[in-house]
Amino acid sequence: MTLVLERRQANAIRQHGEADYPAEACGLIGGTVEDGRKVAVLLVPLVNQRTDAARNRYLIDPESFRRAQEKLDRDGLEVIGVYHSHPDHPAAPSAFDREHAWPWLSYVIVGVARGRAGEMKSWTLSDDRAAFDEESITLEEQKAVWQ
Amino acid sequence: MAVTVLIPTPLRPFVGGRDAVQVEARSVAELLDRLSGEHTALRKHLFADDGRLRSFVNVYVNDRDIRQLSAQETPVRAGDTVSIIPSIAGGTTVQVGAQPAAPLPKLSHEEILRYSRHLILPDVGVEGQRKLKAARVLLVGAGGLGSPAALYLAAAGVGTLGLVDFDVVDKTNLQRQIIHGTSTVGKPKLESATERIHDLNPNVRVETFETRLTSENALDIIRDFDIVADGTDNFPTRYLVNDACVLLGKPNVYGSIFRFEGQASVFYAKEGPCYRCLYAEPPPPGLVPSCAEGGVLGVLPGIIGSIQAMETIKLIVGAGEPLIGRLLLFDALKLEFRQLKLAKDPDCPVCGPRPSVTELIDYEAFCGIGAEPSYEDAEITAAELKAEWDRNPDLLVIDVREPHEYEIAHIDGSVLIPLGELPDRLSELDGHREVVTHCHHGARSLKALEILKAAGFSKVRSLRGGIDAWAVNVDPSLPRY
Repeated sequence: MTLVLERRQANAIRQHGEADYPAEACGLIGGTVEDGRKVAVLLVPLVNQRTDAARNRYLIDPESFRRAQEKLDRDGLEVIGVYHSHPDHPAAPSAFDREHAWPWLSYVIVGVARGRAGEMKSWTLSDDRAAFDEESITLEEQKAVWQ
Repeated sequence: MAVTVLIPTPLRPFVGGRDAVQVEARSVAELLDRLSGEHTALRKHLFADDGRLRSFVNVYVNDRDIRQLSAQETPVRAGDTVSIIPSIAGGTTVQVGAQPAAPLPKLSHEEILRYSRHLILPDVGVEGQRKLKAARVLLVGAGGLGSPAALYLAAAGVGTLGLVDFDVVDKTNLQRQIIHGTSTVGKPKLESATERIHDLNPNVRVETFETRLTSENALDIIRDFDIVADGTDNFPTRYLVNDACVLLGKPNVYGSIFRFEGQASVFYAKEGPCYRCLYAEPPPPGLVPSCAEGGVLGVLPGIIGSIQAMETIKLIVGAGEPLIGRLLLFDALKLEFRQLKLAKDPDCPVCGPRPSVTELIDYEAFCGIGAEPSYEDAEITAAELKAEWDRNPDLLVIDVREPHEYEIAHIDGSVLIPLGELPDRLSELDGHREVVTHCHHGARSLKALEILKAAGFSKVRSLRGGIDAWAVNVDPSLPRY
């Protein structure tokens, strides 16, 4: 599946990664599924709950997830993905990411090297949980404001 | 009546796309067991191999976490709502230098045969070849350096090659730009290069960017690649490529050539110096002639571009010692390779600890281009010169090229005074005569014009487009070069 992001959303993810550097930034991506593509509508930036190891771990606890999901529900959206940053690491999932991954969701990872956001890639867990497959990100210019 | 189980989006594909399902059960454990018994693909996402509920799967009964109740023994009754709520965790691997977990692509039988000489190399092997297949390399420029680099990288099995160029194949390119051919003269370089790459290795994906690399598009283009090989022929683009690579944390495999000499290095700010650590400021415009002005030995870009391909492959497979922190100098006439150690500049404006350049700037202005005086009235076209010269045979036409260029072709009646000798030979000229300077394409003749004006010559103009324009518009019997 392809993930469709607006350019400003991609920039917002990068900025979040830079703002929280050297800690990992994380958030949820709310959107809809249209014609077999996941279309992002709303980003929900979240506070990384891993205060003990925020430099190389992130955690979105179930309470935060529930609240975000309820908020998205009200707008007729669903959680289509998660984004997080990899401080001073490439935008590729780690073994830890894979072990803790949910299927179907898009895992958008942005590498933040020395405080500057770099490449951004999106990954989905294979059905047998054995691997993360890269999925394409389509960047779109800003659409009409979604309300 | 059954229990309603709310399914989060990631698990919906395993229950027929539904957001809720009904399950008959008396406890959470029974409920999860029945649920994954009915939808078998769910099981491995809910339970670890040892049969325990995965740590990131949270179960709520009527809005209460079962951990606060009786865990999986929590009883459920008809009419209850059970929610499966994800917690989401992840992070970078703690092992330093470990490979990303993304699986490397497999090699087909055709690829195994094609790359057999790589596969039996201990430093490459199957893993290295799969890394090459997974790699994305961007070549800026499909010219002298880009030609051999693209050919060798394609032959080596780099999975995706990006090419940035906006030029058309010209006959004068063929002396060194070996990716193009006589049959593709007049075609866009990207089209010509793509054809040749696919003929060489159809496994390579070619992504083309038919544009000039600019401050506006550079980050978006480079971002999606792992490594950049810089084969540009001008300073603004070279600084642009460098800065964009530093900002994005990408290695920049650099090469440059002039006449009989070449340079190469790997600028990778994470591990060593960048181009600006070596050359903080560009040279003044016009000081360093381009290949079109200064000439270049055709084999030279072949050597330097091949070194760029070699360094790129080493970075991908992780073999040997990359050319980071070293500048390789090559002199073709002496056939000599030398190396200079390069240190990171602690005050580097882009890769230093306190950078002043934190986004892409106007590189044309940085390199002093566009700041030169306008020569609008000081230039004359070939047709105008012909007409005026016919009317006024006293017009003095000075050829400021080199004698070996004069030998290739010259305008009858012109006087040869190479640009370098002009300041010392002013006394030979009559200041009252009208003067027109000319060179190959019209750049050096403008410098000659400056020299003459500064020396007090008032009636001086420069032939726009040089002898090349004369050959096209006035005297087609002259060869173009």
